[in-house]
Amino acid sequence: MSLVLVGTSHRLSPVEVRERIAFDVDEAADLARRLADGGEAVCLSTCNRTELYFSHQDPDVAEQLAADALLGDEVELYRMRDEEAALHLFRVAAGLDSLVPGEGEILGQVREAYEAGARGPVLDRLFSEALRVGKKVRTETAIAESPSSVSSAAAALAQQVFGELTGCSVLLVGAGEVSELAARALTARGATIGAVTSRTQESAERLAEAFDARTVPFDDLGRELEQVDVVVSSTSSPEPVLSREQVPNRHGRPLFVIDLAVPRDVDPAVAELEDCYLYDIDDLQAVVRESLSGRRREAERAEAIVEQEAKRFRDWQASLHVVPAIASLRERAESIRSGELAKAEGRLEGLSESERRTVESLTTQIVNKLLHVPIVRMKEAAATEGAGYVEVARHLFGLGEDESAHKKPE
Amino acid sequence: MAELLFWPAFLAYGEAAVAYAGDARRPGSMGRLATWGVRIGWLVQTALLIAQAAHADAFPWDTWAGSLNLFVWLVVGAYLIWGCKPRFRLLGLVVMPLAALLLAISYAAGGMDVSGTSKYSSLFLGLHVGLVLAGFAGLTLAAALAALYLWQERELKRRSSTVLRFRAPSLVTLESLFARTVAFSLPVLTLGMAVGFARLRHGSELDPLIVLTVLTWALYGAFLLLRYGAGWRGRRAAYATLAGFALVVAMQLTVQTGHFG
Repeated sequence: MSLVLVGTSHRLSPVEVRERIAFDVDEAADLARRLADGGEAVCLSTCNRTELYFSHQDPDVAEQLAADALLGDEVELYRMRDEEAALHLFRVAAGLDSLVPGEGEILGQVREAYEAGARGPVLDRLFSEALRVGKKVRTETAIAESPSSVSSAAAALAQQVFGELTGCSVLLVGAGEVSELAARALTARGATIGAVTSRTQESAERLAEAFDARTVPFDDLGRELEQVDVVVSSTSSPEPVLSREQVPNRHGRPLFVIDLAVPRDVDPAVAELEDCYLYDIDDLQAVVRESLSGRRREAERAEAIVEQEAKRFRDWQASLHVVPAIASLRERAESIRSGELAKAEGRLEGLSESERRTVESLTTQIVNKLLHVPIVRMKEAAATEGAGYVEVARHLFGLGEDESAHKKPE
Repeated sequence: MAELLFWPAFLAYGEAAVAYAGDARRPGSMGRLATWGVRIGWLVQTALLIAQAAHADAFPWDTWAGSLNLFVWLVVGAYLIWGCKPRFRLLGLVVMPLAALLLAISYAAGGMDVSGTSKYSSLFLGLHVGLVLAGFAGLTLAAALAALYLWQERELKRRSSTVLRFRAPSLVTLESLFARTVAFSLPVLTLGMAVGFARLRHGSELDPLIVLTVLTWALYGAFLLLRYGAGWRGRRAAYATLAGFALVVAMQLTVQTGHFG
């Protein structure tokens, strides 16, 4: 059985091409089952890639099937087999082939595709290994820990001040899309949106409703600052809306202020207040840049893990070729041993039960010891030299041939 | 025997210090090696102290070098409580080089010897020295946490783009931890001081060590009152903790000129 991968991704095809062969989960599952035709196939389709994985007797046939399904005449596709295909899937699951290295969503998408696909022993092993490698990379490296967007950077910085954000109250100043994105990043980490204020009451109410928060008049901003821990400001005001004088004495309680507006909403002098931490859009973008370069550094370590795991998969796949040959060799040896013992039955009649057991055990041990080295060598060679070596072993030991053809005339 | 155990303990602490430095340069790369260095070093040093106690005729840590040995063990032990968590690895960068250095000084000055010479009983010295050093070890750790707080606070204030790189604990966590560590260590120190005062001979003069100990105690006591009574938090609280630690260091230097016996 060969492992075959055919697909395309954001590295090869622009979105107008990818969208032509994008499938939702049900469509991907149907396609996989139809193409597998009783065999093994999985279709992984996300916004950045569409890939078909097969375990097939004839890799050329599988490749052609996949290419037809993915409009191979019109779409540029990559084609990979065996270890290369496994390495690719492991890199995908680890987030190393994603636009943002280490992003976490892909792991769930790989799991979903696998569960919906036409599964069998090879793809079961491949995908469960891919999911394990994806988790391992995220555990053993810091690739997934740093934020990759301005809003997630703001939330990560808030955590650097408060730790767990559960119980932290947030005030949104301005009710636009930018505020909403930041609010979502903060609530995803446990924060509560306490209040929303905006010059436009209607938009403040809409956002407050979305987060189950209160609306407060814009003029009460200063009073509200006594109660909250985090302020997200993103208005289109040409003048600062929050001055140093408006920030009340916090008595040692930190206040984290995120100014996402251009021109800035918050007077830079606010940063001079003790226990007050102010980040504007440039500060956050610098954090994201640094964080992405950190992810790329971690990606080098992740690549080493992924390559090692792909080699392990290759060894496992190679061992599949050798397992039947080893079983056949053992069977043949056992049949010779038991046959020869049966022939000697007449001469062994005088032996006691214990002596018979000794003879049984002795002959078994001789056979096992004789086979030990060839079996170990077959396993090793299968990993490095492939199926050819197994064929040589079959020929040498006459495996799969009629045993009577090898019988010496008596 | 005790002297032989010094080297593996020293090497393990040294390895942890180097690994922490590597981990700070490239977070996540050597953290585990560092943690194992701390654990193994501390276990070996524990064996070293047991060997000293087993072979000594009297209390073996009554010299300043001996007490330094015990002090290092207590500091690393206290650090182990948090040190195994990845977010506290930066703390190891401060604690472990210091532990390796102080252990080496203790060794060079004969802190691994097993000859006690004190005129006081082992029980008294065990309680007095043990409790006072345990209190100081806790205060040392609190100072390291306060230093980490100030570093982290400065990074956040100056809006450093690398602030998320080192994955240090949050400001609120650090602030609460150093205050709680002081709150735990001060009663231990108080108990050790009480044992010492109980044996102070009538008419004895107050030596500089006693004065410094009382000053340290008073400073940390005031800190706790302000922290929990008047809501003193943040940078001021961290500076107060470090000021107290300066007195602990001064005391260690004073101890080097005399000994507990």
